[in-house]
Amino acid sequence: MKIFLSFVRKEFRHVIRDKRSLIILVGLPVAMMLLFGFALSSEVKNSNIAILDNSRDETTHTLIDRLDQSQYFSVKEILHSEKEIEAIFKKGEVRLVVIFPANFQENLLHIQKAQVRLVGDASDPNTSNIIINYASGVIRSYQDELFGLQKMPYQIELDTRMLYNPQLKSSYNFVPGVMTLILMLLGAMMTSVAIVKEKEMGTMEILLVSPMKPLMVVFSKAVPYLALCFFDVILILIMAVYILDMPIAGSLPLLLAESLLFILTTLSLGLLVSAIVDTQQVAMFISLVGFLMPALIFSGFMFPIENMPIPMQVISNIVPTKWYYSIVRAIMVKGLGFAFVYKQTLILLGMTLLFLGLAVKKFKVRLE
Amino acid sequence: MSGVSIKNITKTYEKGTVLALDNISLEVAPGELFGLIGPDGAGKTTLFRILTTLLIPDKGKATVAGFDVVTDYEDIRKIVGYMPGKFSLYQDLSIEENLNFFATVFKTTFEENYHLIEDIYVQIEPFKKRLAGELSGGMKQKLALCCALIHEPKVLFLDEPTTGVDPVSRKEFWDMLDRLKARGITIVVSTPYMDEASRCDRIALIQKGKILEVNTLEKIIKKNRQPLFAIKAPNRYKLIKDIRAFENTNSCFAFGEDNHVSFKNGSEGMPQLLNYLNEKGYENLSHKEVEPDIEDTFIKLMLETENHD
Amino acid sequence: MTETVIHTDKLTRKFGDFVAVDAISFDVKAGEIFGFLGANGAGKTTAMRILCGLLSPTSGEATVAGYDVYKQNEEIKKHIGYMSQKFSLYENLTVKENIRFFGGIYGIPRKELLEKSNELIERLGLTSEADKLVGSLPLGWKQKISFSTAILHEPKIVFLDEPTGGVDPITRRQFWDMIYEAADRGITIFVTTHYMDEAEYCDRVSIMVDGAIAALDKPSEMKKTFGAEDMNGVFLQLARNAKRGEG
Repeated sequence: MKIFLSFVRKEFRHVIRDKRSLIILVGLPVAMMLLFGFALSSEVKNSNIAILDNSRDETTHTLIDRLDQSQYFSVKEILHSEKEIEAIFKKGEVRLVVIFPANFQENLLHIQKAQVRLVGDASDPNTSNIIINYASGVIRSYQDELFGLQKMPYQIELDTRMLYNPQLKSSYNFVPGVMTLILMLLGAMMTSVAIVKEKEMGTMEILLVSPMKPLMVVFSKAVPYLALCFFDVILILIMAVYILDMPIAGSLPLLLAESLLFILTTLSLGLLVSAIVDTQQVAMFISLVGFLMPALIFSGFMFPIENMPIPMQVISNIVPTKWYYSIVRAIMVKGLGFAFVYKQTLILLGMTLLFLGLAVKKFKVRLE
Repeated sequence: MSGVSIKNITKTYEKGTVLALDNISLEVAPGELFGLIGPDGAGKTTLFRILTTLLIPDKGKATVAGFDVVTDYEDIRKIVGYMPGKFSLYQDLSIEENLNFFATVFKTTFEENYHLIEDIYVQIEPFKKRLAGELSGGMKQKLALCCALIHEPKVLFLDEPTTGVDPVSRKEFWDMLDRLKARGITIVVSTPYMDEASRCDRIALIQKGKILEVNTLEKIIKKNRQPLFAIKAPNRYKLIKDIRAFENTNSCFAFGEDNHVSFKNGSEGMPQLLNYLNEKGYENLSHKEVEPDIEDTFIKLMLETENHD
Repeated sequence: MTETVIHTDKLTRKFGDFVAVDAISFDVKAGEIFGFLGANGAGKTTAMRILCGLLSPTSGEATVAGYDVYKQNEEIKKHIGYMSQKFSLYENLTVKENIRFFGGIYGIPRKELLEKSNELIERLGLTSEADKLVGSLPLGWKQKISFSTAILHEPKIVFLDEPTGGVDPITRRQFWDMIYEAADRGITIFVTTHYMDEAEYCDRVSIMVDGAIAALDKPSEMKKTFGAEDMNGVFLQLARNAKRGEG
């Protein structure tokens, strides 16, 4: 126990004296939360749009008012012909043009179908997707209002091709995503780099030639990072609740327990890497390309897994971040209990044991 | 029993293509200060790593204090102190923090074994808050020695502790080793500086994975004694070239202010060379017969093995 | 009178309150082998960096190959060669590639470089190793290639920072043969070493203690002055009195 404490003390000193690791540890979660929380969402507030209204009836006027009044858009210009669309995009003044065809209201009332065309500036595809989504939302809510709950057959058809982007609709789905990424980065990368650094510096040689059990050496190195990762979980949750006003819908103890499990998963991945690799560079490379990229792609945070080709969906199952992401969303956003996440929990537990087993098996008590 | 015994150790790297140690045998007696003398790449570090259980030999058997380096590695790790060749302490921890950390790793405390390191530690104590990375070569090496000593090892392995360290610090370092030896600690130390051989009880000359000689310094020199002459003249570069061109010259190398020359025909060569040099118009030549030192001996042994290859 | 290639007058460099180099003055003549000795932390490295144009002095004067260390450090870099034990060659390039790379850095024209590198490889007896990776060669060879590369562009001065550390006694002397040869061609050699016998191979030697030059003379004269049997004795007498020594 004394040895362990001394490891913890030493590891904290390393982290505190190394500005880079401090930045990764504290700066990165804070930066990501602020980035996703404010910078990325405020970008679509008050976007300039233009309107081409070929119908000029009561319904289109109301819709245009609605769009203008919403926090997302302000109508910058009213166009008079299709020709002007390209020109206004080229000027870069608007990001979206909403086009109502002639006889909009009539079509809506009589043939119960009317089209609105949304033309986005896809030179910035992400933003234009978000904008189109918001515009669709505004139009839909108007439609609901118009016909109430009485399931009327009238429909305003939106002539846009939209990706199903759940994260665009809910501004706080990114919190689970940030947690997943940060833990993956810290747990796997920092642990493996920290251990491999000792190999590179030659200090591992001295530690190996000591009465400590070699595996203990490595585990004692990993445990301080467990504490650091857990600190980050709490940091992110505090920011989520108090700065981003995002309540934790489910049980906090359950969320923390599941986070602890995921930290163990990433730590054992880190241990596995450090057992195989001899230089910090390679450890870093494996962590970034081998862990962080799949975490970004396959967790469902950036890109919805449901929309991926089947082989990719299959691959996503072996990425631990996917399971943790879904657990956190279930608990934090949907407020579900353990009964709904036990399957993911078991998978994570299995993965942890597997990685840990491999790490122990690959671990060398000597230099080669 | 805290000696070291090495029998027919062979070690290769890169799937057997690089021969690091070639059938080496050695005995180090308990309490002995034993020197491994040889240049970089001779195989000294490999031998240390085998003895400290970090590497497994391809062939042969080695024991440290009676424990086998392969099967009893855990026992060995409890009783040896090891100072690797590269400065291997935490650069971002202070002197104090490094010492305390290693003390705990070795299941002891700094206070408990302070008496062991006291006379080394007092020299670096004024800087105890300074980070190890900011220390000079001599101080780093003292700190590393403290860390290797903190758990009162029975056998101490020091891999090139004095490389890159100035002569004053080197002398101090060897004085410290003398005091440790007086406590009964067995010390195996390697060095590329030939002059440090005189500080060891016995030495092994090692080159390209082979041991050239093992004995006391005096005996090794005596055994390989050959007539050797020191010659000097103002233009050294020209002189060396001319001496080497002489038919009976065996070897000619710069040595301090002189040049040491040995002949294929022993002492007879010297008058012949003087005639030869006089014909070349040398004036102000000074010459005398000298006793070979360890470096002369090492050069002789190296030339012999190279000619055998 | 031969040309002066290094001239320093009260050259000083401070880091904060710490005087790393304390008003050193000396001249080095063309073709001279100048040994620059001192204990660890005596200020050798700092002084050498200033002379190589890598660091500006705090006060005092210095010219290297006729160029001022304050203003003309880019010119200095063109006219010197530099070799250190720590950084010598790229391990994962071949001998030939290394020579051509370093030659290229010093702006040797392509055609001339090709000739010179072939000639050099032949002179070093490395024809059969020319296409081998440097990493696979013994340390002694690396040092020889490294030195030859450092003087490939015929600099006026070459700075050697502990060039022979850890090398076997024969290779060490072969290395000095190369140094003599270069000096014979008129290249000035400025060398640091921890091997005191090597100090005696130099034409003149300076010993730095606590940032200042404590002694500067021919090795034979220096031994007489200090009544020492060899340079090691001289060094120990001087450096033992060092106050800061370890710093």
